[in-house]
Amino acid sequence: MSHEQDRELTAPHGTGGETVDVRLGMFGVKGSGDTSGFGGLVAPVVMPGPSPRPYGGWFDEVVDVLAELLEESGTGFDAAIEQVVVDRGELTLDVRREHLVEVARHLRDDQDLRFELCLGVNGVHYPHSTGRELHAVYPLVSVTHSRQLRLEVAVADADPHIPSITDVYPANDWHERETWDFFGIIFDGHPSLARIAMPDDWPGHPQRKDYPLGGIDVEYKGAHIPPADDRRSYS
Amino acid sequence: MTTSTQGFTEEATAGAKSFEATGGDWSDIAEEAVRLGEERIVVNMGPQHPSTHGVLRLMLEIDGETVTEARCGVGYLHTGIEKNMEFRTWTQGVTFCTRMDYLASMFQETAYCLAVEKLLGITDDIPERASVIRVMMMEFTRIGSHLVCIGTGGNELGATSVMIHGFNGREEILRIFEMITGLRMNNAYIRPGGVAQDIPPGALEAIREADGKIRTYVKYLEDLLLANPIYKGRTVDVGTLNLAGCMALGVTGPVLRSAGLPYDVRKAAPYCGYETYEFDVPTSTESDSYSRTVLRFEEIYQSLRIIAQCVDRLQAMGPGPVMVEDKKIAWPAQLAIGSDGMGNSLDHIRHIMGTSMEALIHHFKLVTEGFRVPAGQVFQRVEAPRGELGVHVVSDGGTRPYRAHFRDPSFNNLQAVSLMCEGGQLADVVVAVASLDPVLGGVDR
Amino acid sequence: MGIEEAAPSGFLLTTVEQVAGHARKGSLWPVTFGLACCAIEMMATGTSRFDISRFGMEVFRASPRQADLMIVAGRVSQKMAPVVRQVYDQMSEPKWVLSMGVCASSGGMFNNYAIVQGVDHIVPVDIYLPGCPPRPEMLINAILELHAQIKSAPLGVNRVEAARAAEAAALEATPTSKMMGLLR
Repeated sequence: MSHEQDRELTAPHGTGGETVDVRLGMFGVKGSGDTSGFGGLVAPVVMPGPSPRPYGGWFDEVVDVLAELLEESGTGFDAAIEQVVVDRGELTLDVRREHLVEVARHLRDDQDLRFELCLGVNGVHYPHSTGRELHAVYPLVSVTHSRQLRLEVAVADADPHIPSITDVYPANDWHERETWDFFGIIFDGHPSLARIAMPDDWPGHPQRKDYPLGGIDVEYKGAHIPPADDRRSYS
Repeated sequence: MTTSTQGFTEEATAGAKSFEATGGDWSDIAEEAVRLGEERIVVNMGPQHPSTHGVLRLMLEIDGETVTEARCGVGYLHTGIEKNMEFRTWTQGVTFCTRMDYLASMFQETAYCLAVEKLLGITDDIPERASVIRVMMMEFTRIGSHLVCIGTGGNELGATSVMIHGFNGREEILRIFEMITGLRMNNAYIRPGGVAQDIPPGALEAIREADGKIRTYVKYLEDLLLANPIYKGRTVDVGTLNLAGCMALGVTGPVLRSAGLPYDVRKAAPYCGYETYEFDVPTSTESDSYSRTVLRFEEIYQSLRIIAQCVDRLQAMGPGPVMVEDKKIAWPAQLAIGSDGMGNSLDHIRHIMGTSMEALIHHFKLVTEGFRVPAGQVFQRVEAPRGELGVHVVSDGGTRPYRAHFRDPSFNNLQAVSLMCEGGQLADVVVAVASLDPVLGGVDR
Repeated sequence: MGIEEAAPSGFLLTTVEQVAGHARKGSLWPVTFGLACCAIEMMATGTSRFDISRFGMEVFRASPRQADLMIVAGRVSQKMAPVVRQVYDQMSEPKWVLSMGVCASSGGMFNNYAIVQGVDHIVPVDIYLPGCPPRPEMLINAILELHAQIKSAPLGVNRVEAARAAEAAALEATPTSKMMGLLR
């Protein structure tokens, strides 16, 4: 790839993405005591938003082929894909959960797409993004075309169901179990959704943001250092 | 629930499950036991076992000597590293992720740092010297990991001298690591922006010497194993997983290459300048444990080839920066290792304390608070010794990773245990798992 | 254990102690309990550069019944904790525990929900060895300290007396959490 194309891909596309959180104040001080004035700071945390066409490089081709396949099957591109984000040289397709399996199947089977490997599921928890708290991210890799992209599905805490793609990518078996274990996302249609890393009777889903880090105070000769999530934070 | 013929009533056992053992039920049970129960045994190769390559639990249902069902229980080493990383700065994250797959520590560090650098947008600004050092450290780690795999594999099959030679070869590599990074294992050497410090004088000569010593030990191992009829008898046609099985289960690394597909992330999606090095990707088509051993030996030789090229480049390059220039990101101190193995660069301290208060504050803030990374997410893949290691990093614009998830190759590859072992002999389970080479620290994280 | 349990304290008991202590420390067989990174350093200690075979310890017995020393090498997760206890219970007396590395000694850098903060929450530990991971030489140092401890361990009535004296001393001493003001 030429250097100009590289620059094209790495230049940030699109603005106005999803606001996942709003950070208030600067130094982590709660309540009065901060006289610097930075306590009044209101900073929204905005994730990269949908990118305008052309996306650059091979992204356009892939999105076009996928759009064609989805139109042919009757699902429709806009019904299945919420937005296309190109950021830092990587393509992310935000998919609606109802059509996730179909999109995955097209990506795996079509000869111009051929994303044979699914490198697992990752869960991300955005507790302040109401209605879209739990995200599941599926990185896909094409061995034939040396490409990678990402599918992202967002579901609400109140209804954390996502269809399982183990029919399309059997490799995702344990990864989905892990995401269930750590985030509580229920994968419908998974052959055996059980805890994998925590003991079977463990309550709660540890890697959610509302689950404490755990840990105990470190005591040494009368001094107590609390665990990392309870300490004072200055940023 | 019915009462038995002896007349025990229900109240005594109310709430408890009762198994009727007279009349119709018993004949059912007895018939089933005759059909299945006597021949099938469930064996638990528990988490504490000398041959399961770590704290892996294998639940095997065996019929005589044949394994009819094999299932893995993992999670016995789950450490919550990914959650811990959310409470540390970006640079401190390196010390955590390095301990996941403890035999491939440099790979985790590099993958994580490359992902952070991608998020920061400074991938092109990493000094070339830092990239070459990263490649060299990664290839040394690959050799060390393969030596441990072959060594412990031999040990699990009962050949203790194989382990001794493998670990001796690894000691040569650990000497180099100690010289350069200060630690033998879990060195938090590769940091976002470059590496922690430059290689010390004398390191290049030591590396050239070590090359010869490593080759000697690898030669010992090859002589002990590759033509050994006992080893061949135990590993040829054992633990086979053909290409379709590998692709279905997303298995990568030497297992996939032993099935015939020459897929290597260093060639497919190069990073750290791998496209400029000359090396081959050894492949085989036998897809059994023996060919994986042969492949690992070949990969050791290819890694030595890459290291020789790195050493030549470092020699030709001359001294230079090993950290990115941007002072808002670069780790501020160039520490010198004192004669007692610990130390601060007194010159640097003198410099920052003598120059300005702002420099001191800047140094302090950079180390304690860390730098800020713009919001977004990134996925970085590297070729770890066991397969494809992927890192998914999400930033919310702060000084800490919002979410860092590692797609560890061993976690994925262990799903293949059922396919490899079912239908085979009990002793072959050990061989199959050893050829998959799982490291449970990476599996459980 | 035997006749020395009933022997009065004196020359005979001292001689028996010395012989038994020397024999016990001379071939202290570890049980294979490598969990994480420290296990690799433990294996490296067993190989020829560092060689614990010179102390009679290179045979890592997989069966707890045949082992004397449990070197807990690595981080103990919540799921693994019952297994640690079970293996410890299955070992036959006399047995010792060496907690290798900071993760086994105190939870190490992983002060979180998943790791038991020190294996002494589960099993009684005789020697703690810090390090992340400790070098093989450090492990050998800890083992030699343990050997010294084992060699001079009292038996029979001497042991009962020593235990009573240790308990009395512990009851008199200040607990660590009450030692205030020492960080200046």
